Amino acid sequence: MLGVGTSLSTRRTAGGIKPPTYKEHSLRSRIMPMPIPPQLKIPVGATKSGTITLCIAAGDHVHKYQKLAQLQMSAQGRSCIPVHAPTSGIVSAIEEAYVADHSQQKQVCIVLTTDGLDTSLPLEPAVDYRQLASEELVTAIRRAGIVGMGGAGFPAADKIDSAAHQAVDLLIINAAECEPYISADEALIRERAEGVVTGAAILQRASSARRCVIAIESSKPDAIQALEQAIEAQTNIAENCELILVASKYPAGSEKQLIQSVAGIEIPSGQLPARHGVLVHNAGTSYAAFQAVAQGKPCISRITTLSGQALKTPKNFEALIGCSVEFLFDICGIDKSLRAKTVLGGSLMGLQLPSDNAAVSKTTNCLIAAGSAELAPPAETQACIRCGFCADACPVRLLPQQLLAFSKTENNSQLLEHGLMDCIECGACDYVCPSHIPLVSIYQDSKAAIEAGRTNHERSEAWQQRFQYHQYRIKKEKDQAPTRTKAAPANKPAAESGESGESVSSNGDGQEFFSKEKASREIAAAVARVKARRAESKSVASEQDKPK
Amino acid sequence: MLPLNTFWLVQLSLSGALILATSLLLLKIYKYLCYQLTAQKSLVTQINRVLPQTQCGQCGHPGCLPYARAISEGEASNRCPPGGHETILELAELLNDPVLNLDPSHGQFKEFSVAVIREDECIGCTKCIQACPVDAILGGPKLMHTVIEAECTGCDLCVEPCPVDCIDMLKHYEDAPGHPAVIFSKNHDMQGARP
Repeated sequence: MLGVGTSLSTRRTAGGIKPPTYKEHSLRSRIMPMPIPPQLKIPVGATKSGTITLCIAAGDHVHKYQKLAQLQMSAQGRSCIPVHAPTSGIVSAIEEAYVADHSQQKQVCIVLTTDGLDTSLPLEPAVDYRQLASEELVTAIRRAGIVGMGGAGFPAADKIDSAAHQAVDLLIINAAECEPYISADEALIRERAEGVVTGAAILQRASSARRCVIAIESSKPDAIQALEQAIEAQTNIAENCELILVASKYPAGSEKQLIQSVAGIEIPSGQLPARHGVLVHNAGTSYAAFQAVAQGKPCISRITTLSGQALKTPKNFEALIGCSVEFLFDICGIDKSLRAKTVLGGSLMGLQLPSDNAAVSKTTNCLIAAGSAELAPPAETQACIRCGFCADACPVRLLPQQLLAFSKTENNSQLLEHGLMDCIECGACDYVCPSHIPLVSIYQDSKAAIEAGRTNHERSEAWQQRFQYHQYRIKKEKDQAPTRTKAAPANKPAAESGESGESVSSNGDGQEFFSKEKASREIAAAVARVKARRAESKSVASEQDKPK
Repeated sequence: MLPLNTFWLVQLSLSGALILATSLLLLKIYKYLCYQLTAQKSLVTQINRVLPQTQCGQCGHPGCLPYARAISEGEASNRCPPGGHETILELAELLNDPVLNLDPSHGQFKEFSVAVIREDECIGCTKCIQACPVDAILGGPKLMHTVIEAECTGCDLCVEPCPVDCIDMLKHYEDAPGHPAVIFSKNHDMQGARP
């Protein structure tokens, strides 16, 4: 067995910060299976993001692993994400509710009242992934409804598919979990490293990548040891799977930063890593792929970290998709008087949850019940003193001071010139700023304004084109009009006789389908209604005027 | 012989020089005119790019491009209600004019909204179809009409001609009652469906 730190050298990148971590609290206990909650709200997706097709209706009884619905994303034709029942029960409603993810909008949820029996459908037969072709593996991953477990939530099958078409060379399994509170991936690797490693081999086969690298932070000796053992245990994997340590700093686990430290490639602005032969998947996604292919299980649960000072026993749960945040906090022994706020995600990039009834989704990696002293709102903002700490901390090597100045003057062209769109919103600049300037939220506003300006411009160009075509069409019709009026008198008598013939068209049952008389009656009624309405509003208006 | 030759030579060279000079002058004038014209044209294009392209005609011109042309010839740039204050600011910057307030005689600024037809009340008169400047309304005579949401500029022009007042201006198309959000399909043949 390899000793840690002897054969493995640590890779580092520019910038970054080293905030104190709180992972040890949630790592004290093992990953806990959760009791079946009385109700699950299984998120399917927002109505704006695509077409939702339900396979069940309210009142149906469903079994564990049964497919409930699927979301067909509107952007791409192929991406469809199925959703499966995490346990057995009765579908009581289909409604819109808040979900614990970064979209911050209501999503369509299937409300499942559980029966506690947990009766499951027979699993699909487990297969040896080495016998399957790349396309079959991608189909299996798609059917299991796996999305990026790191937080992005992009359909994993689509990512693999596009990578396979672009002939990627390197697959990186991202086990660098740099947010101070999150320990879900670390716990997963400590206890189920074999699954993660096999999942990596499955993803490698599916994407036809030549090499596979598992990247983990050097500060996690237990997880590194578990991974080393798992890789050595499987000789067929050990040949082309490598473990690489990255420096333990924030944000080491950000996709582009990780690629830079592992492969030494800097992905240019606005391009996807697949174009440069690199594919990155989260360790959680890798484990889900293992479950889908080697065990035949769809994605019905995920590892979620529960942490924060308001909890008596912070720990990692294998949370069923759709259970409420409150239920998870309750079984961790929450002291509600201590809790100041609930944060989703880490302390640096996380956001405050609007409601504790939000349902756990496939991307909910961490929930923090923060005490009043924890994650306190930043102190009062003061003027920028041009210390330059932010420029040192920025992992993308931007100039946060300049961006701040341009944001304040809304100088969009200069913001673009200075690479605002490459900002990954990691919050490192916020963290180091001695004046407590909320830099990231300022950049987010600027980004939103630039995006809105762009879409507005595209929209007005489309309108202009349509208007020009409209004018052209009107002109063409006018030019053709004289010939038409000349031709009309000849046709008229025939048309009239035709009209009188079909004035009352009815079928054998005497039921009127459509007739001109009926239509004109309806139109007259509608016009009369409007006249009455207008007269009424006029009289009301005049009455109101009279007393004055 | 020689003096005559010299005379003709001088004559020829003089007239040649004159022709050359005149043609050069004409070329200069032509180039100058071309430059002026393109400058004018590019100004119109620039102004047109700033205008919101709703084609609503509230400025008193039939469309945004004619108004852009009018502005380039000196008309006031504060007559575009859909563009609001932002458009006035941008135009003032572009034309180096003082920033004016929106001319209220041409209408008030309203937030962007789309036209939605209450379809069961529509009598199929086609008047709104004729009014729409971007052909965003579908339908036939005595048949129900509907608005293509993605193409609607929110210009309001279809609201006035409707004889039964069945067109609403809504902020989002989804606000309309009966907007389909979810497809129910009990026996849908889907990939990954389990028994």
